[in-house]
Amino acid sequence: MWRGCLLTGMLVWLAATPASAFVAYVSNEKGNTVTVIDTNSWAVTKTIKVGQRPRGIEFSRDGKFVMVAVGDDDTIQVIDTKTQEIVDTLPSGPDPELFTQDAAGKTMYVANENDNTVTVIDLEKRARLGDIQVGVEPEGMTISPDGKILINTSETTNMAHFIDTTTRQIVANVLVDSRPRFAQFKRDGSELWISSEIGGTVSTIDPVKREVTGKITFEIPGLRNEAIQPVGIGMTKDGKTAFVALGPANRVAVVDGATHKVLKYLLVGQRVWHMDFTPDEKYLMVTNGVSNDVSVIDVAAQKVIKTIQVGELPWGITIAQP
Amino acid sequence: MFRWLIGTIALSMMATGALAADPVEIHIGYLGHAGVKSTLSLVQQPADNDGIAGARLAIEDNNTTGKFLNQRFVLDEAKVKDSDDVAKVATGLAGRNDFIITDLSADALLKVADALHDRGTVLLNAGAIDDRLREQDCRANVIHIAPTRSMLADALSQYLVWKQWKRWLLVVGSHDQDKLYADALRRAATRFGAKIVQERTFEDTGGARRTDSGVTLIQRQMPVFTQQAPAYDVLVAADESEVFANYLPYRTWDPRPVAGSAGLVPTSWDATHDQWGAVQIQNRFVKLNMRRMTALDMQAWTAARMIGEATSRTNSGDPKKVIAFLKGKDFSIAAFKGTRLTLRDWNWQLRQPILLADGRMVVSVSPQEGFLHQVSELDTLGVDRPETKCKLQ
Repeated sequence: MWRGCLLTGMLVWLAATPASAFVAYVSNEKGNTVTVIDTNSWAVTKTIKVGQRPRGIEFSRDGKFVMVAVGDDDTIQVIDTKTQEIVDTLPSGPDPELFTQDAAGKTMYVANENDNTVTVIDLEKRARLGDIQVGVEPEGMTISPDGKILINTSETTNMAHFIDTTTRQIVANVLVDSRPRFAQFKRDGSELWISSEIGGTVSTIDPVKREVTGKITFEIPGLRNEAIQPVGIGMTKDGKTAFVALGPANRVAVVDGATHKVLKYLLVGQRVWHMDFTPDEKYLMVTNGVSNDVSVIDVAAQKVIKTIQVGELPWGITIAQP
Repeated sequence: MFRWLIGTIALSMMATGALAADPVEIHIGYLGHAGVKSTLSLVQQPADNDGIAGARLAIEDNNTTGKFLNQRFVLDEAKVKDSDDVAKVATGLAGRNDFIITDLSADALLKVADALHDRGTVLLNAGAIDDRLREQDCRANVIHIAPTRSMLADALSQYLVWKQWKRWLLVVGSHDQDKLYADALRRAATRFGAKIVQERTFEDTGGARRTDSGVTLIQRQMPVFTQQAPAYDVLVAADESEVFANYLPYRTWDPRPVAGSAGLVPTSWDATHDQWGAVQIQNRFVKLNMRRMTALDMQAWTAARMIGEATSRTNSGDPKKVIAFLKGKDFSIAAFKGTRLTLRDWNWQLRQPILLADGRMVVSVSPQEGFLHQVSELDTLGVDRPETKCKLQ
């Protein structure tokens, strides 16, 4: 009883106190805009016009800028988070889609879909350092927590390429299921997860042995399995819970990070693409490509609590301190 | 586990360029027919390398992947004229290749399939859309990448029914393949609840496709040909022979849309298709071939990619393993259609979504939402397992 009272009291207090506010930037692939959302009020505070076909989007490590790949303009635009205006562009290769940065925020790696390369960019000088030849249609990009290995997935070659960040040479290639789209390490570096959109699976990879250790499959009653197309992956810092966006299945799967068992499916909007956590990991926001909105998931409760209308065909999302 | 380890070591070695062994070579033959058909529209006139160009791109894509797996793909091209002995040419190709992509007529394909029956060569039919090759005349050594007439007709029918254009005026050409397409369209109408209010035949009386004052004449002919029709929603034309269908849009007596062989056309691929990453392959294709990608190019690309996919999955150039993988339950291929494509195990037909394109845009993609199926919604297109006449041997 007493505990109940305390809990209720706390809940009231929590509800009354504004959660620490963060800011989310959402790229709208068709709208050629970036929507800015305040995570305290869950309201759209600004819509920024950007170049053609914005997709991959990420805060710079220092939080001062948001970088957005505008594929059809063959560049990456830099948005100043103070003024929320475009202030610069980066020399990516043709048709940049997804990119990643090293921990220091000094080097950026960009997947260029059109010419089977990964472009390396010096973020301080904003200059191109070189290209790495990879498989057909490079897409997913991530860096190992120790910074030594860059992972790139190629959609038609169906591999995760392991690239040594010092030598910029491919050191291993791991075959995964069809159309690998997204790569995510556990924070402790013990596992690498790769989503395969057409294969319908998430491969778990041992980054030391560089081999597939298992495959996570998804079954949703009443849904044909061709509609289950895993794309974006989000993992809590402790590695205990993962969320996998299932594309046209209109659901996000909640997966146990240790056992790899699917715990539940959360119904979100249509064609769910990518996701990001608020820095306190209380909320996870996912972009719904076809329904033009973003779903907000309460991470602890594993429930969708809100839907926010954004621009046309939202694709990528990044969240940080304002 | 041990094999995995070996694989990992091999991959690492390759990546550092310290590879000792020669690459495994996978030879794929391409057997096409010489000469291209004449089309009414100048922009639809197929190029000389129609089909082969798609296979060549797939070989490039396979080789990009192959360099990580120490596999190398080689395309061996041959063309036959009507006067050639196709079985003999095919046997020659089969001596050098374990897989042959074909773009042949139904009769020629059957000759080749039977001639190679005992060799174990697998044929990948990229060109022939005849249903009979998947039904009464099916062969165990032929995998069909091209969609069938009935798949194309069903894809169109689902959309027209969804659009509530259920009353069709069917106009059929006078050649055999036009009649076969009309059969498929009649079946599709019945299947999905459309009604053919009247049928007309457009006789091919010969004549040139290009003339200096053609438009004037056509403008007089087409309204007259389509007048006094019962009330209808859409004119559906069956004209694979390219005699009249493209003359119909904007010239019908009643203001009605045209579909089938002109207007809204069901097809496995269109140069305007850009969804699901398709723009990437369109760009690669244009860069390599200096022209846009056709349905036949895509069918040949898919055929050669299927071999590439099976060789990388099995990490083997052994045709027996490759074929077993292709025909096994784990096989699927990504081909920019928004879903994985798989093989129907009763006749080795590739399941695939069908685009509905008007030459400028992709209007829709079938199967349409709401046409349900207990196994795969892709099986709402074409002849399904319970109806099949195929007995594979």
